[in-house]
Amino acid sequence: MSREIHLTEQILDLVGERAEAEVLASTGNLALTRFANSFIHQNVAEEGEAVSLRVAVDGRIASSKTTATAPDSLAAFVEAALETAAMQPVDEDWAGVAAPAALPAIEHADDATYDASPDTRANLVKEFIETGTGMLAAGYCQTEGQSVAFANSAGQAASGRNTSAIIDGIHQTGTSAGSGHAASVAIGDLDGAAVGVIAAQRAADSVAPFDAKPGEYEVILAPEAVGTLAVFLGFYGFNGKMLSEGQSFVVLGSQQFDDRFQMWDDVTDPRAMGIPFDTEGTPKGRLELVADGVTRGVAHNRKTAKKTGVASTGNNIPGSEGWGPVPTNVFVGGGDRSVDELIADVERGIYVSTFNYCRILDPKTMVVTGLTRNGTFMIENGRITDAVTNMRFTQSFVDALGEGKILGLGGDARFADSEFAAGIMYVPTMHLASWNFTGGAEG
Amino acid sequence: MFEYAVAAVERALAAGATYADARVVVSKQESIDVQNQAVQSLDRTEQAGVGVRALIGSSWGFFATADLSRRAAIVAGERAAEIARASAAVPGDRMQFTDVAVVQASYETPYIEDPFTVPLSEKVDLLIGVTKTMQEVKGVAIATGNLTFYDTNKWFVSSQGHRIHQHLVESGGGIDATALGESESQRRSYPQSFGQYETGGYEVIRKWDFAANAGRIAEEAAALLTADEMEEQETDLILEGSQLALQIHESVGHAIELDRILGWEAAFAGTSHLQLPKLGTFKFGSELMNITADATLPGALGTFGYDDEGTEAQSVEIVKDGTWVGVLSGRDSAAMAGLPPGGMVRGDGYNRLPMVRMTNIGILPGDSSLEEIIADTKSGVYMSTNRSWSIDDKRLNFQFGTEIAWEVKDGKLGRMLKNPTYTGIGPVFWASLDRLAGGDEWIHWGTPNCGKGQPMQVAHTGHSAAPGRFKNVRVGVRG
Repeated sequence: MSREIHLTEQILDLVGERAEAEVLASTGNLALTRFANSFIHQNVAEEGEAVSLRVAVDGRIASSKTTATAPDSLAAFVEAALETAAMQPVDEDWAGVAAPAALPAIEHADDATYDASPDTRANLVKEFIETGTGMLAAGYCQTEGQSVAFANSAGQAASGRNTSAIIDGIHQTGTSAGSGHAASVAIGDLDGAAVGVIAAQRAADSVAPFDAKPGEYEVILAPEAVGTLAVFLGFYGFNGKMLSEGQSFVVLGSQQFDDRFQMWDDVTDPRAMGIPFDTEGTPKGRLELVADGVTRGVAHNRKTAKKTGVASTGNNIPGSEGWGPVPTNVFVGGGDRSVDELIADVERGIYVSTFNYCRILDPKTMVVTGLTRNGTFMIENGRITDAVTNMRFTQSFVDALGEGKILGLGGDARFADSEFAAGIMYVPTMHLASWNFTGGAEG
Repeated sequence: MFEYAVAAVERALAAGATYADARVVVSKQESIDVQNQAVQSLDRTEQAGVGVRALIGSSWGFFATADLSRRAAIVAGERAAEIARASAAVPGDRMQFTDVAVVQASYETPYIEDPFTVPLSEKVDLLIGVTKTMQEVKGVAIATGNLTFYDTNKWFVSSQGHRIHQHLVESGGGIDATALGESESQRRSYPQSFGQYETGGYEVIRKWDFAANAGRIAEEAAALLTADEMEEQETDLILEGSQLALQIHESVGHAIELDRILGWEAAFAGTSHLQLPKLGTFKFGSELMNITADATLPGALGTFGYDDEGTEAQSVEIVKDGTWVGVLSGRDSAAMAGLPPGGMVRGDGYNRLPMVRMTNIGILPGDSSLEEIIADTKSGVYMSTNRSWSIDDKRLNFQFGTEIAWEVKDGKLGRMLKNPTYTGIGPVFWASLDRLAGGDEWIHWGTPNCGKGQPMQVAHTGHSAAPGRFKNVRVGVRG
């Protein structure tokens, strides 16, 4: 029996018949090798285990988490959780713990990644840095391995393992920067040099940027930029709590997007990362969010599902009580065009490598402001003609993807991340009809 | 607990480190969220572990474990040195490390009422009561309240002889009301958008008196649904204190971090428009702009006794009469820049590498008041309470949204305005500061959610500020 499963059983025994209970136990490691000014300046790793417990004493709920997992500590931990719950008012919306259910037979884990050494990460970093001759490199290489077990007082039990490996970095000249990114379940899939070449090319191509005039432009959004759109749509829109509270833009069954837009959440996809159940023990499957431009579904946990009269989609995450359930294995459907072909269709527009520091102004209209970063280029008559300085935008993400607004989709879908959460968005390059740039980043 | 840290440091040195330090951290957190008179979550978290830092050549190696035992601490020291050695595959210049006084000391946050001993029923009843008050206002659909408390014990040991124990207590919370229209939502919060956090006990919560303000913010949220939209224009902008505090955080606090200036954060958080050769001469703002980094302010959220490198908390001038004169630094970054270390290095828990973080970065008070500033403004807008924030990777170009604004005409507040935003370039904006309040309007605002670093770390920072006026600012920008 694994350590995690042993911990869940130990805690359920300690709770006994006194409460409904669900336990999540994890063991694992996280290591990150960070570089700047073309050398490794920070290099960290951690190992540990943690236990989360949620108890319901006659509908009175309390949640606790601890890293102290010695037997005497766990006994005190359980007693404190039960005492805390007993002092609470009854939660009328408590949906109970999940009934036993079978899990998808899939594991996104790789032993070499779980056991990756600091030397392995350093070698990938070295490959990246060496592609930028005369440039300053910065970024990170991360590996993570986690074993998770879940059990509840209704008899549901689940366990799984997952790993991830990421290399992400920029090359910088005195006047420009370019970025590259790759992520996979297996560190053996990562090619530091290939990622570095993309970053170096973007930096070299943008050494002499000019200030483009603010205004509406057609845009080619690279996967990192599309990832930002998907994150905001997922976290603020396809969120069962926000929808039930009237804070989401979502209208189920309505044509809210261009009919080329497809978005779904699916941990069972062989390309995905993560484990096939959520923190309430609910099995995860494929959840259609948008099909042919029609909004089809949102993420639910047990509480939002009960309120809405549907089944949980298995999208509970830590902190869901306040924020709501969100999709974390998102795919955006791609096309068959190369990036060059997409650019060739643009008479006058902007190519955006990544967005940066994006923040929502209103979740209901999905108006977001942010900036471009790490390679922004002017497109004229079907080809990139110049680099432009970073630009600020203020744009409704729903409007940007509205009917008739998607002009092309790349066949280059991959994991992409620019500032929020690596490994949860698998998206292609996208050609959009209009994007509202409100000014240059430096005035 | 010192014994575990000592064991880790000794092992790291034996494994080849030229310097090592270790922190044993034992912390607990309690967080209560109530929405519409129902408890959404009541979470208690305990964390304990040891994190070891080893310096070999040009790089730190860091290893952390949640296993608090002598055996695990020794393994952690060994692993930290092993990781530092691996960095030699891609070396830089040898990392320097400025000397600081080696002390054996202790520090405890002054507090009156231990927040963890206040009955849960009292905390929950407070939040249920204020959400009920807000819900009673027509148009308010969502009323929430939150309280969060932190209790942290840290034992720090360095290979140079530091032995420091600190006990830090932080308390905070806030309330907010959201009104929903057909195609919009409007939110008002109190004391500020993420709540107000300070070092101290439950007296912090009592001081801010949520109940006395719940009805007002609910009325304002509902009224915003029918308020006029702010028009795009260039005008005089008066900022309420908590929004000015966030302006300081984003456009000054991050820009003066020495690790950013040196390029160590280039890929993720970004760099800075500030360049070290201009330290002492660069004009950051008007004569009214006097910024300090003061980790000794009683009650402020970024106050402590010693940082996580063993440097005593201090007050450092950052901007004096509008001129940039100081940075936020640690022992390694200060050595590289040839500056004295500022004692501003902190790690998020036992399992994160300490890095340069803001302490209390605040603007010294002026001699005016909000009432006088409004009376002195012929035409402008008054904006309050942050709603959104965005700034570029050099900390120059910002755009902020606030929850609410009022037109100012001929020295008086006029129409309420919704969806207010303003945008600008840091030093240009700060140069336009021409009036600044002080007195009891100067408040140590707390920011409990400052993200930085990879893996991500969250720091608690303070920002003293009072309302101020800025001339000719672009407002009302929307897509």
